[in-house]
Amino acid sequence: MSEQKTVRFIVTRQDSPDASPYTEEFEIPHRENMNVISALMEIRRNPVTVDGKDSAPVVWDMNCLEEVCGACSMVINGKPRQSCTALVDQLDQPIRLEPMKTFPVVRDLVVDRSRMFDSLKKVKAWIPIDGTYDLGPGPRMAENKRQWAYELSKCMTCGVCLEACPNVNSKSDFIGPAPVSQVRLFNAHPTGEMNREDRLNALMGDGGLSNCGNSQNCVQACPKGIPLTTSIAALNRDMTMQSFKNFFGSDKL
Amino acid sequence: MPQNQEFFNRRLHSLLGVIPVGVFLIQHFIINHFAVYGASSFNAAAHFMESLPFRYALEIFVIFLPLLYHAIYGLYIAFLGKSNTRRYGFFRNIMFMLQRVTGVFLVIFIAWHVWETRVAAAFGADVNYDMMADILSSPFMLVFYIAGVLAATFHFANGLWSFAVSWGLTVTPRSQKIMTYVSITVFLVLSYIGIRAIIAFLDPALANM
Ligand code: SF4
Ligand code: FES
Repeated sequence: MSEQKTVRFIVTRQDSPDASPYTEEFEIPHRENMNVISALMEIRRNPVTVDGKDSAPVVWDMNCLEEVCGACSMVINGKPRQSCTALVDQLDQPIRLEPMKTFPVVRDLVVDRSRMFDSLKKVKAWIPIDGTYDLGPGPRMAENKRQWAYELSKCMTCGVCLEACPNVNSKSDFIGPAPVSQVRLFNAHPTGEMNREDRLNALMGDGGLSNCGNSQNCVQACPKGIPLTTSIAALNRDMTMQSFKNFFGSDKL
Repeated sequence: MPQNQEFFNRRLHSLLGVIPVGVFLIQHFIINHFAVYGASSFNAAAHFMESLPFRYALEIFVIFLPLLYHAIYGLYIAFLGKSNTRRYGFFRNIMFMLQRVTGVFLVIFIAWHVWETRVAAAFGADVNYDMMADILSSPFMLVFYIAGVLAATFHFANGLWSFAVSWGLTVTPRSQKIMTYVSITVFLVLSYIGIRAIIAFLDPALANM
């Protein structure tokens, strides 16, 4: 009988938000087509390290398992990405798993991405359609524009772009790339456009887009291929115009 | 607009880097370049600059204050970032890091350069060809000045690129790419002018011209 093929993992662990991180190494039997999540499940089944130490199961986050929710994002071999679509056979071993440390670590590989959701609230990344009475149908969106907007709507708030950004860190309150692109999406919508100025002014506030230093890592890192740096430059242009409007006033609303 | 203070500060920082600091850099390099035609040419050009009307007002409002703001706020910006070029070795990320490294170096270099020339002039020294030839005769200072010139041209050229993005002039990837070529050209041309002037201060034949 041939020897069983195995996979090695080095996992950065942290027992609580304030605890200091440490690493543990695990070795599990290899299965065909396994992804990082199925490997983590295997570790959970028998959480014994390579040194034979009994450990607690590794904690991680997941939901959709098809790269649309963003919950399972972590740093895999130095690259932030979704663990559900990270195939073990395509990774160099030992596979290193770390949490995205740009965010507060909750436990092991689970991080708290609240700051992203707070940012989305801050920039009003939605389209208000509720009234006290039926407002009727909104204006139609041209099909080619809808297709264009669909690309921007693929953002899953996974946080990979913030993790890759040198200006998003504990020292700065920079909002990061993802919410900026969402402003572009909702400002482009014929109904969403009605709140355009609110969104721009929010982006111009402290911790806003002006903190961007144009390292352009975000656009390279985004798993959804969202044109983040184009969104950033486009919003920079809109903010320039908006700041003139705010200062000088305008004949247009 | 107190709640937009950061937006204002950032945009002011970006604008001042080009106008007037960047414009002054070009003008300064062009004056330096007169050294290539000999000491008397350079001295005449330097003297012309010194005898401009409203000299002190020009120096304070066009050079010192904008430069000081750009330097101090720039240092603040540089130390807010956390460079990650080892993980993300992309071209733009390396430019991002170099922009900050050259910026910090330039604060040191320019402080020294101003001390050695403009402050010395305030105490009665004559800023002329001989002064520069004297400074650059030390090999350490020669290397320091060449590094200063290259850091300045890089910081300005790459800064132009970011300026174009930060103000929304170049939005599409293609326009940003074209701007990259423009900034490389600016870097090469200004570096050529700057280094050529430095070399001119080393040439004994030019000292007597
Ligand atoms: S823009 Fe891309 S990388 Fe950033 S949160 Fe959205 S999907 Fe993730
Ligand atoms: S579990 Fe939803 S993206 Fe991986």
